[in-house]
Amino acid sequence: MIGTLAFYLFAIAAVGCAFMVIAARNPVHSVLFLISAFISVAGLFVLMGAEYLAMLLVVVYVGAVAVLFLFVVMMLDVDFVEMKQGFLQYMPVGFALAALVVIELMMVVAVWAVPPESEIARAHPIPTAAQTVSDPNGPTNIEAIGLVLYTDYIHFFQIAGMVLLVAMIGAIVLTFRTREGIKKQDPAAQVARGRDVELVDIQSGQGLS
Amino acid sequence: MADIGLGHYLAVAAILFAIGMAGIFLNRKNVIVILMSIELMLLAVNINLVAFSQFLGDLTGQVFAFMVLTVAAAEAAIGLAILVAFFRNRGDIAVDDANLMKN
Repeated sequence: MIGTLAFYLFAIAAVGCAFMVIAARNPVHSVLFLISAFISVAGLFVLMGAEYLAMLLVVVYVGAVAVLFLFVVMMLDVDFVEMKQGFLQYMPVGFALAALVVIELMMVVAVWAVPPESEIARAHPIPTAAQTVSDPNGPTNIEAIGLVLYTDYIHFFQIAGMVLLVAMIGAIVLTFRTREGIKKQDPAAQVARGRDVELVDIQSGQGLS
Repeated sequence: MADIGLGHYLAVAAILFAIGMAGIFLNRKNVIVILMSIELMLLAVNINLVAFSQFLGDLTGQVFAFMVLTVAAAEAAIGLAILVAFFRNRGDIAVDDANLMKN
């Protein structure tokens, strides 16, 4: 009962916030609605029993990606009201396509049936995953993921690391720029300096000839 | 999770995906909202992966959702970096002029 209530709460919140992301006039509001949509979906993940991904969603999306969006939205000085033009013009085709996709996917969900092969897979689930659902003394979701992520899927894990490395280097290269006209210390020039400046002992009252 | 089954989660994911798609159409001039719509669509895919993972009792879906999350984060970082570089060159972020690069 509580689970059902929580599901509908999170689901309606997620869908409503997602709608506001694309409908909000101000992009800052869009980002804030995006954050609450992510948090709602994290709640859905907890309901499904995927606690690790739920926490990852909160940390990575809310903590990093959404804040990055917020940062860029506030940094760029753009006339966002002018950007909204064409919204009404594209609204019919946009919503028609969205409705089409929803109807198609709902038909898939309604007609879809579990094939016999999948029933066999359901009857013999992978032990760690099954224990996280049924056995309270079994490994938690995080432990179960750790058991497979660092063994069976170690290459996935390393590829994920490489993807993040490439993204980091790419972002730095794209936004890096050398500014002109900034006073900077140049240690190499300082060290290589010859004796072209000399200290002279000047008699007081006579000045330098 | 008494009567909430796989179908409910798939329905939520379908609606989120469609909203993300509609967002790309509605905000054609605003690249930032387009990027946010793409994030929404990836989130919908993640819901599907996790729902099937729990349904089949197989953690592979969650591991793959982890991969999707990684790629989404990388994509957001690169996309926003391109956006910032574009803004520095052009002074605005109108997508209509974005094909000037090929001229």
